[in-house]
Amino acid sequence: MAAEENVETTRFILNGAAVAVTAPPDERLSDSLRERLGARDVKIGCNAGDCGACSVLLDGQVVCACLTPTCKADGRRIETVAGLVATDLVAQALSGRFQDHGAAQCGFCTPGMMVASVALLRQEPEPDETAITRALGGVLCRCTGYRKIIDAVASVPAALADVGGPGHAGASIRRLDGAEKLAGTEAFGDDVAPPDTLEILVIRSPFPRAAFHFGDLEAWRAGQMGIEAVLTAADVPGRNVFGVIPPFADQPAFAEGIARFRGEAVAAVVGTPTTIRAFDPACFPVTWQELEAAETPAAAEATGAPLLHEARARNLMCKGLVVSGDAEAALAMADVTVEGRFTSGFVEHAYIEPEAGFAQVVDGRVEIHACTQAPVMDLESMEILLGMDRSAIRIVPTAVGGGFGSKLDISLQPYLALGAMKTGRPVRMAYSRTESMQSTTKRHPSDIRLRLGATRDGRISGCDFRGTFNTGAYASWGPTVANRVPVHASGPYRIADYRAEARAIHTNCPPAGAFRGFGVPQAAIALESLLDDLAEKVGIDPLDLRLRNALGNGVPTVCGQVFTQGVGIRACLEALRPAWEAERAAAEAFNRAAAGQLRRGVGLASGWYGCGNTSLPNPSTIKAGIRADGSIVLHQGAMDIGQGANTVITQLFATALGVPVAQVGLIGADTDVTPDAGKTSASRQTFVSGNAARLCGAALRAKVLRAVNASDQAALSVEAGAIIVDDGASRHRISLGQLAADGDGYVFASSGHYDPPTKPLDENGQGDPYAQFGYAAQLAVAEVDTSLGTVRLLRIVAAHDVGLAVNPLLVEGQIQGGVAQGIGMALMEEYIPGRTENLHDYLIPTVGDVPPIEPIIIEEPDAHGPYGAKGLGEHVLIPTTPAILNAIRNACGVRMTSVPVTPAKLAAALAGA
Amino acid sequence: MPYLVPTTLSEALTLLRDRRPTLLAGCTDVLPGQRQGCRIAELLDVTRLPELRGISQGPQGWRIGAAATWADIAAAPLPPAFDALRQAAREVGAIQIQNAGTIAGNICNASPAADGVPPLLALRAEVELASLAGRRHVALEDFITGVRRTTRAPDELVVALHMPRPLAGEGGAFVKLGTRSSLVISIAMVAAFVRIARDRIAEARVSVGACSPVARRLPSWEAELAGRNLDDVAGLKPDVAHLSGLSPIDDVRASAAYRIEAVRELCQRALARAVESAKGGADGR
Repeated sequence: MAAEENVETTRFILNGAAVAVTAPPDERLSDSLRERLGARDVKIGCNAGDCGACSVLLDGQVVCACLTPTCKADGRRIETVAGLVATDLVAQALSGRFQDHGAAQCGFCTPGMMVASVALLRQEPEPDETAITRALGGVLCRCTGYRKIIDAVASVPAALADVGGPGHAGASIRRLDGAEKLAGTEAFGDDVAPPDTLEILVIRSPFPRAAFHFGDLEAWRAGQMGIEAVLTAADVPGRNVFGVIPPFADQPAFAEGIARFRGEAVAAVVGTPTTIRAFDPACFPVTWQELEAAETPAAAEATGAPLLHEARARNLMCKGLVVSGDAEAALAMADVTVEGRFTSGFVEHAYIEPEAGFAQVVDGRVEIHACTQAPVMDLESMEILLGMDRSAIRIVPTAVGGGFGSKLDISLQPYLALGAMKTGRPVRMAYSRTESMQSTTKRHPSDIRLRLGATRDGRISGCDFRGTFNTGAYASWGPTVANRVPVHASGPYRIADYRAEARAIHTNCPPAGAFRGFGVPQAAIALESLLDDLAEKVGIDPLDLRLRNALGNGVPTVCGQVFTQGVGIRACLEALRPAWEAERAAAEAFNRAAAGQLRRGVGLASGWYGCGNTSLPNPSTIKAGIRADGSIVLHQGAMDIGQGANTVITQLFATALGVPVAQVGLIGADTDVTPDAGKTSASRQTFVSGNAARLCGAALRAKVLRAVNASDQAALSVEAGAIIVDDGASRHRISLGQLAADGDGYVFASSGHYDPPTKPLDENGQGDPYAQFGYAAQLAVAEVDTSLGTVRLLRIVAAHDVGLAVNPLLVEGQIQGGVAQGIGMALMEEYIPGRTENLHDYLIPTVGDVPPIEPIIIEEPDAHGPYGAKGLGEHVLIPTTPAILNAIRNACGVRMTSVPVTPAKLAAALAGA
Repeated sequence: MPYLVPTTLSEALTLLRDRRPTLLAGCTDVLPGQRQGCRIAELLDVTRLPELRGISQGPQGWRIGAAATWADIAAAPLPPAFDALRQAAREVGAIQIQNAGTIAGNICNASPAADGVPPLLALRAEVELASLAGRRHVALEDFITGVRRTTRAPDELVVALHMPRPLAGEGGAFVKLGTRSSLVISIAMVAAFVRIARDRIAEARVSVGACSPVARRLPSWEAELAGRNLDDVAGLKPDVAHLSGLSPIDDVRASAAYRIEAVRELCQRALARAVESAKGGADGR
């Protein structure tokens, strides 16, 4: 960094080597380590001591590098994860255990977890769970639900498949990209730019709704040292609009004239790192005029409310509807009815990696390296914004430090591209935690009214669902939520007479978009809560009531779709029965004996999730080749955001090809080299891209076999420069060096393409929206402190039908991680614009908030899934919140209808009960 | 030299008087509080001043050096009277914060939710300040005057905290209420100190944090507790009138009404645990 005055030279030992840093006195140790000393293994998640990702050892004690001015390290010894894993025996053993347990998913918190764990293990080689919880309480993880991390630190034996085995579909193997995550060498969005790259700072609206105008920007810029460019909507060469659903695309990269939510971008400055660090946004020449805002659907629908978008009357973005039979008539005839109104707020994804990336112009093409869940959708958005042909744009996804839906939408990609194009130099940017929270999408707040009827023997008779969803200022995935919710609001139950309507309303709030479940978790809260009310009214055990209504093979869904096979909800519910009966009895006994304020309860809930797009094309393509040297290359474009696509897609491909996973090398994702494997969303990668990988592997196998006219049963093995084909009758050796190579350098090449078979929904939502559903049922045991209104979870049992667990270890990790997010939604998470824009006011579960989670894997094979596999990523979360609410009700008799159930809310309800 | 790291107190006080640098101890609040674009020109790090380190007992009582970290306090061989402080030391943030954050930083930062303040109030801590003009001692309740405000003069440095010499039969407890298990800003917290003698409470001091601009003791309840039989402790809970010195607010963490009710409950629990601590039983948890 050039020309800095007021600097200080600090000397310390970094991972055993003497180093010196000359930096301003308030530079954070995390920044010095990353930018001046190349230690990019130290991750920055919040710059406030709230997440612990930047944990390092300072003279052996764990501290947050982001809180520590570099000067304070003078004369000290600093250890980071890269140094520890390279040289420290405790860390090396722990690294192996992390991989054996799948304790690193996205890997972004892993450096912090490892460093904090090493500090503990040096003191206590065999720590118990209390000690582990205390040692790791300062590091947030959003992927794993912490349980695998606890197991790894506690040296619990792992249940891996044989290390020397083929690792095919069904085998628990280590993640293929795990070693880099443990060593700290995985490159995330902020880890790819060279030091001293120009940086971008976005100027954002301080108001939910405001008019604004700029001063003379060019004159202003000319007077600023170190500001290389200013970017505004005027710099957008194409159309200044993006959106994940093209007919609804409505969001500008930079607002024009009016800002529609607090945190919306209006301009950006590009400058040297030193300039940007010292840049006070208040000096930017923009004048704001705050305007009346509509921050709730009620305000936005009121007569005279300002329209967010001219063409959307009363701020209604869209509606979704499913109608079958006659809900009103069935409710009127029902023996019992129950009803309720249920609300939820914004939920923030809170991945530990804030959005970050790097861009440069190479030979006239723009290259964007950034974290993303959807590289080809990014490309399509950038085509429109930049007004350039897609051949001139390259999206190179970095490793992704968690996504959960929000990194499906573009965020900083336009600023990176525009900055690189305008300055002609490479640029980088990383969102601060606050701007990540202010400006990226959230889970939709919901306001749901549900009426449910039943016959005396507990069969559902009539269901009327009306949901209003706050979709924020722009469309994002709001239309998807509006369409998905009515399809799923019935839960995995047979309901003949059904009406469900969901409406998405614009407000002056951040855009609500995709978040694990697309509105289905909110709908499940309403349904599963009322099912318990129904069970009580008709006097039937809640588990039996659900089983009585559960869908089965050949039974139509509310869309009239009939699955003749693969419906696994009954198996999930039955799997909970032992725990259900034991825990209900234990809770009753506890409460009978209870003298104090604690009461225990057990609750359960179901969920289902249609995998892939709703009645829309949803293809994936995977390609592969074999080089003359015998190396097998899989072009893997299905984004791994921590869930494990790199591993699962490879396992499915290797299974079809008939070679061990260890022999397959991966390239991608990169829009220049990997075909479109679609987006990582909607529980579709294992199912859709997995099928493409299976077809790709099978096609490659067929080509090899055909070359020697071997039978389908033949065994393949690859060695240097040759493939051996042995079909029992004969053994062929294909010498690869003699074959012609294609443009990619492959002597054999194939590709697989898969698009799930669906049928459109008619105006009543009747049709075949999905080729498969995944099914789930969970049980929660909660202890309520009736004096304080606090809830402590004791145990979660989670049964999930995944058709076939391609990698059971990763399935367990998905389940535990989804459950942890459900715990957060149930008990603590609510994003309030302007008030909870950091990770100490917005709370996500820490290690001590997640009880033991016991996954039960159900494998009801699906005819469409690869080897029977179904998607998993969303239904891991859907039942959790209602199961917890039902446990609270069972414990203390209070039906909570608004999440999160904070202590204050529960105490108020208890006082009124 | 923008980073000042004196090794003697007089050097530190001279720098403080002459240059008015930003004071730095554990640094858990300084950088997060920095706005985008604001740089700190000069830092004075007090953590390498020997006089500010250490936790020791003298004839007058206990002295905790200003730069003692929460981890130092949790590990120190403090008597049961300090149980509330030791328990608080293990509940501040998480271990990364406890390893860095200092006791004087906690009181000088003067957050209404500072976990260290209620235990120190219950211990009747005195703050020792030094400047080139000399030294002074001030009671903690007089030192913190409001949200982020103290009576520390710009040229003064907190050197240590002093607690009276412990007597037989003392104990303490700290109860923190938050929405999650670690890294959490308190909704409310209560520290209790008791001295017991002959099956009775001889003296009790109870203080409440996060329910007023500065943590407050509950003198009227304390007065009622004196002389109560230990067998009655489990049922003792302050009335709303005892909490009249509190002025909780509605915020994202909880409502004011909830805080008052929660504090009553927390007081009851803290008192019961403090009595256990004084009896030499468990550590109050």
